[in-house]
Amino acid sequence: MDPKLQTILAEYDRTRRGELITLLQRVQGELGYISEEAIFGISEALDVPTAEVFGTLTFYTQFRLTPVGRHLVRVCRGTACHVQGSQRILRRVVDFLGIEPGQTREDMAFSLEQIACFGACSLAPVMVVDDDTCGRLTPDRAEEILERYQ
Amino acid sequence: MIAKTYQRIRARAEAQVATVYPPDRARILIGLGTCGIAAGGREVLAAVQQKLAEDRIEADLVQVGCIGMCHAEPLLDIVLPSQPRIGYGNVTPQRAMQLVEDGLRNGSLHPEWALAVIGDEPLDGIPPWGELPFFKHQHRQVLRNCGFINPAVIEEYIARDGYLALTKALAEMSPEAVMEEVKRAGLRGRGGAGFPTGLKWQFCRTAEGSPKYVICNFDEGDPGAFMNRSLVESDPHTVIEGLIIAAYAIGAHQGYIYVRAEYPLAIVRLRQAIAQAEALNLLGDDILGSGFDFHIPIKEGAGAFVCGEETALMASIEGRRGMPRPRPPFPAQSGLWGKPTNINNVGTLANIPLIIRQGADWYSQIGSEKSKGTKIFCLTGKIIRSGWVEVPMGTPLSEIVFDIGGGPPEGRKFKAIQTGGPSGGCIPASMLDLPVDYESLTEAGSIMGSGGMVVMDEDNCMVDIARFFLTFTQSESCGKCIPCRIGTKRMLEILERICRGEGELEHIDLLLELCETVSLGSLCGLGQTAPNPVLTTIRYFRDEYLAHIEGKRCPALRCEALISYYILPDKCQGCGICRRACPADAISGDRRTIHIIDHSKCTKCGTCLDVCPPRFGAVAKVSGEHIPTPEEPIPVGTWDVRAQSAQEPADCWQS
Repeated sequence: MDPKLQTILAEYDRTRRGELITLLQRVQGELGYISEEAIFGISEALDVPTAEVFGTLTFYTQFRLTPVGRHLVRVCRGTACHVQGSQRILRRVVDFLGIEPGQTREDMAFSLEQIACFGACSLAPVMVVDDDTCGRLTPDRAEEILERYQ
Repeated sequence: MIAKTYQRIRARAEAQVATVYPPDRARILIGLGTCGIAAGGREVLAAVQQKLAEDRIEADLVQVGCIGMCHAEPLLDIVLPSQPRIGYGNVTPQRAMQLVEDGLRNGSLHPEWALAVIGDEPLDGIPPWGELPFFKHQHRQVLRNCGFINPAVIEEYIARDGYLALTKALAEMSPEAVMEEVKRAGLRGRGGAGFPTGLKWQFCRTAEGSPKYVICNFDEGDPGAFMNRSLVESDPHTVIEGLIIAAYAIGAHQGYIYVRAEYPLAIVRLRQAIAQAEALNLLGDDILGSGFDFHIPIKEGAGAFVCGEETALMASIEGRRGMPRPRPPFPAQSGLWGKPTNINNVGTLANIPLIIRQGADWYSQIGSEKSKGTKIFCLTGKIIRSGWVEVPMGTPLSEIVFDIGGGPPEGRKFKAIQTGGPSGGCIPASMLDLPVDYESLTEAGSIMGSGGMVVMDEDNCMVDIARFFLTFTQSESCGKCIPCRIGTKRMLEILERICRGEGELEHIDLLLELCETVSLGSLCGLGQTAPNPVLTTIRYFRDEYLAHIEGKRCPALRCEALISYYILPDKCQGCGICRRACPADAISGDRRTIHIIDHSKCTKCGTCLDVCPPRFGAVAKVSGEHIPTPEEPIPVGTWDVRAQSAQEPADCWQS
């Protein structure tokens, strides 16, 4: 088992079953995703069925079952972004990165996701690259920004 | 004893604020909420830091929250010794350096760049902020600290009457009296449904069972709404103080703040604020020596819109899938871990300190008959002055959209305003006189919701908007109730067909029927209100549905399947810019020949329209029309318009 995973799981036992989501967040924070090994490990540590761990983690959009690329590009699909033309931003980002939302590039350079709303609506359309929120985008500006991360 | 302890804390806080901000020192304030950062606030901060260091200029640099003028971000304010505070908008790093140099060195305030004096009197022709259209029509009482205090420093909050309401409640009022005061104030839930807050507290207070829990619902999932995020980022203690008072009134010693994971900065602010409040004994055991204990851990959501619903939220805190359950039992009887639980929205709790400090009579003066106080709205979309605003309940929509927001930019025509997020509806221009309160909005087919307001203009297609919201609710439906899980899916499919031009007339009736089924057959608010965007767009914009269905055209030129791009043969100069820019290689033509678009290759991305030089204006975007063009590229100037029976298309917009 991944040593980092082992260290986290060692803190947990069945009395902390209510902390399943917090634990998943910690594991993903450490590994970048929830591995198969982690699902079984969490199930054992908290003494909850594997199916419940899997069911819970796939219920929430935050959790990933595959490793994430070096840069995570998240395009907002909120209402304000939609009325300001976020579809065109997404299309350009998809063209530029060569992957669809939910995918990671083979060279592991980028992962692309769509997010319901970042709450930076007055700067719509918005995308977030890693931790940087980029607002008032045009397709060209979105591409320029991504070029910097190449 | 409690009051004395507070007085001691307050005196120390005021002394600290006075030392940190001596009146004889210049101060620079930079707005660094999420919006400010997204607009480039950090670059401005770095530029100012560099300038101060390089030129050895003495000044305090303060990071503040958001004052609400998102349209003018990044914002930078300068306070010269014994001068009022001057605000500047749309500041670039270069301009920031210039302002620092000229202002702090030479006392030149550049009135031509200034937005306003953050004070009562004008200065050098700069108007006071209260006279700006954006602020003139507002009534900022919940937001009174936002943009004025450093949200990371509790002393700044305390020095502005912070935790005075908590002290008053603990020292002078019984829990029942606190509850009665909130009831008498007429405060209603700011999260959407508008249930009377005091009554909700009473249900939980009188319910059998212990311990009792209070939860702050900060799962602000409505796309288009960010008032809770901005409030917490700019003034976290207001919310925490409100939550402590709620716990005292209800008799709870354990609280939770459930915050969505998409708000990292707000989470940082909350953690900081809780730690600071604990250090001053405003939170924790034996608060201010009153014997009242209260603790607040933070629970981070994991990205599920439905968790804004009370029972789903509690399931999520318990570490399970966030799926709603039938009510009754209501959370007040059986909530978190089966115990009596009270859940209030961030916006509701932020009103509590005001009510307790100033009294119910003062509070209920403002607002309409059944909706008291103020409401914070986020004004976004096609609007000149976007931002977050606080207005008295009952303010007409037109005042918010036009007087505060300035209406749609570039003289475009206002078409509709969407309130209440995916649970709300679209209100047309003809109903702009509507006062915003719970009852009026519900009557119009929408809801107050959490307070998002997205303005749409003539370029927005209302069928597309309905489709957009159904895409959202359909993917966010938790799947428990079949009418919601499958009904929203079928509704979405119908709307997609209409947007593709494959709609039929009976689809409208079918949609209305499905709306009823989904609404009646769903357990929680998500399903019950999911049809609202569809119902209101059919009610107010039926002609747009008919244009898509009968005319196979999209009047707003938005639905891709129904639009086409043409290069106008009499205007094209054969420059080749569009051909080189086309990402789909769908444009052919040599230099000085009329270019043509191969419609079988065109992906309708609109790049050609964007790049065609405005002096040519040779690319047209049309729907339901055919524009004659040559079969093959022919030399510029050889196209005979008269030979073609070309008519000016009805829904044509030329660049």
